[in-house]
Amino acid sequence: MAVVQTRNVTKVFKEGELGAVNNVNLETREGEFLVFLGPSGSGKTTLLRMIAGLETPTSGEILIGGKVVNDLTPRERRIAMVFQSYALYPHLTVYKNIAFPLKAQNVPKNLHKEKVEWASSLLGIGALLQRKPRELSGGERQRVALARAIVREPSVFLLDEPLSNLDAKLRLSAREELERFHRRVGTTTIYVTHDQVEAMAMGDRIMVLNKGVVRQIGTPKEVYDDPADTFVATFLGSPPMNLVENDGVIVGFRPEHFRLAEDIREVDKLTFKFRVENVEYLGAEFILSGLLMGGKADGKKVIARLLLGHSYEAGTTYDFAISARQLKFFDRTTEKKVPAKALTWQ
Amino acid sequence: MAVGGGKIKSIGAAQSPLLGFAMFSPALLYIGLLIGAPFVLAVFYAFSDARIGGGEMHYVGLENFRSILQSPSFRKALENSIIFTICAQIIVMVCANILSIALEKPFRGRGLVRFLILLPWVAPVSLGTIGWKWILDSIYSVITWVLVWLHIVKPYSGPYWLGEAKLAMASVILVHCWRLIPFSTVILLAGRTAIPKEIPEAAAIDGAGFWRTTFQINLPIMTPILSVAVLFGTIFTFTDMTVVYILTAGGPYDSTQTLPSLAFATGIQGSDLAAGAAISLFLVPVLIAIAYLMLRVAHRSEVI
Repeated sequence: MAVVQTRNVTKVFKEGELGAVNNVNLETREGEFLVFLGPSGSGKTTLLRMIAGLETPTSGEILIGGKVVNDLTPRERRIAMVFQSYALYPHLTVYKNIAFPLKAQNVPKNLHKEKVEWASSLLGIGALLQRKPRELSGGERQRVALARAIVREPSVFLLDEPLSNLDAKLRLSAREELERFHRRVGTTTIYVTHDQVEAMAMGDRIMVLNKGVVRQIGTPKEVYDDPADTFVATFLGSPPMNLVENDGVIVGFRPEHFRLAEDIREVDKLTFKFRVENVEYLGAEFILSGLLMGGKADGKKVIARLLLGHSYEAGTTYDFAISARQLKFFDRTTEKKVPAKALTWQ
Repeated sequence: MAVGGGKIKSIGAAQSPLLGFAMFSPALLYIGLLIGAPFVLAVFYAFSDARIGGGEMHYVGLENFRSILQSPSFRKALENSIIFTICAQIIVMVCANILSIALEKPFRGRGLVRFLILLPWVAPVSLGTIGWKWILDSIYSVITWVLVWLHIVKPYSGPYWLGEAKLAMASVILVHCWRLIPFSTVILLAGRTAIPKEIPEAAAIDGAGFWRTTFQINLPIMTPILSVAVLFGTIFTFTDMTVVYILTAGGPYDSTQTLPSLAFATGIQGSDLAAGAAISLFLVPVLIAIAYLMLRVAHRSEVI
């Protein structure tokens, strides 16, 4: 097991253009499950590929287990990677796919069978060993790719959106399986995704990236409850955080904290008239979108997420409120988090 | 849109079977007149005693086949055809693979290099071969000239490229390779670019070096396309007579004679149509086997 570090890692693909990855500094913890989260084009995959050794950083250093690995080939880095497309070798059986890394790293032949059986039983694909990849379902392919990754017991696991090719139902079970699997092998894992739900559910910590820049690193709770800037605030959470500008600061609050005023017991709360424009019934909850009425926030679009209980109608104005401790404050120009501020709203 | 297009096409074809036939007929005519008829005629001649200019024809049964099987020229020609084809294919596959690896990654001037490599395929075989005839000439050979200049051979005692049996065979093989390498390179390049780039990357991460990735990952994945290149190349070499005809005319002493050139020499130049037809019929089983293999490969790669 090992720790991955990057020091000011930058990748510029075309000279003169903005870097795909800019000055990234990170350090994983021993055995941690770290998630790189960001929209497409945020540089998360490029960063992962640099750690894997498939891309060379333009500047900066990458360390694995305390050793600078910039000049080492992927093979010498002792990492394993699972690709988005799984990249199974189409002409080899599942057995030979899993045994390939052992062969390539000159593991004595008499150990192959034992190791392949260990890896395949860990992932429950023991019955598929004689099949070719094209005879497998998406979920099975993913497991074969994982088995191929763990078979040589790597020091670091790199996973590049391994669930994105699965259908929604399978994705959920595969996610749980991955979590269980990580707990069992305990190898330091870096996981790339654009899906915030996956990131929240699986990550010990999440690193949020946008345009090649790290916006925040923290536990799912920290990133969700205490976003470092408006990008993180709106990228995590569905629907995203409401942002309302007032007196040179941006005030943010989560849709689930915006509720009927009578339901909020706290004294210190901010009340608004909320004119509901649209009601979405999602079975377990309502999503209301509408406008704030009156005062400085008049006409601002916001979204509320409410559990069932009351019924709401479009076109009606309600008294809504947010508990004051749920309000987040961001600077208007830098969009970075700032300390709480007393504001007048009328 | 795609569904609509398909519908229109099928309705049109169903409404006028004549249109379908009309579209099909050029191909049918071409195959019938230029391949089917000569083939039937060849079979017909092979069992007769037809000669150019001879008036009457008689059925002679297997007589032609019996006599050519006993002829040493025929056996030599058959042997040569096989040697030429196999040697040329081995050299072509090795070179085309190296070239396709070299040309896969972008570099400055790649377009120009690709163009230059493709040139031999674009040039007519006869013209190219005439060029080679000059390059390998006993007096004016540029190769000999270079060897003399490098002091490897003495002036006026250079090798007779086309005059010694072994060298002549090597020369014929060389020209076949020169001609086929561009074609195979293009096919292999297409096959190579069709491999998703994650697969060699995964191999690199799994710890495979260049050779292992090439021989255990890339080449096996490219097998269907490799077989297409080999089978096409085999047909081109096995049935070709231009190179031999222009370069050596089968000489010296039949040492470079191949089945097609022997058939031409016997049937047309020697005016023994019947024997020429019988010789050329020996190409048929080989070509049928190749055609069968090609169809199987095509079918298999469809299934994958």
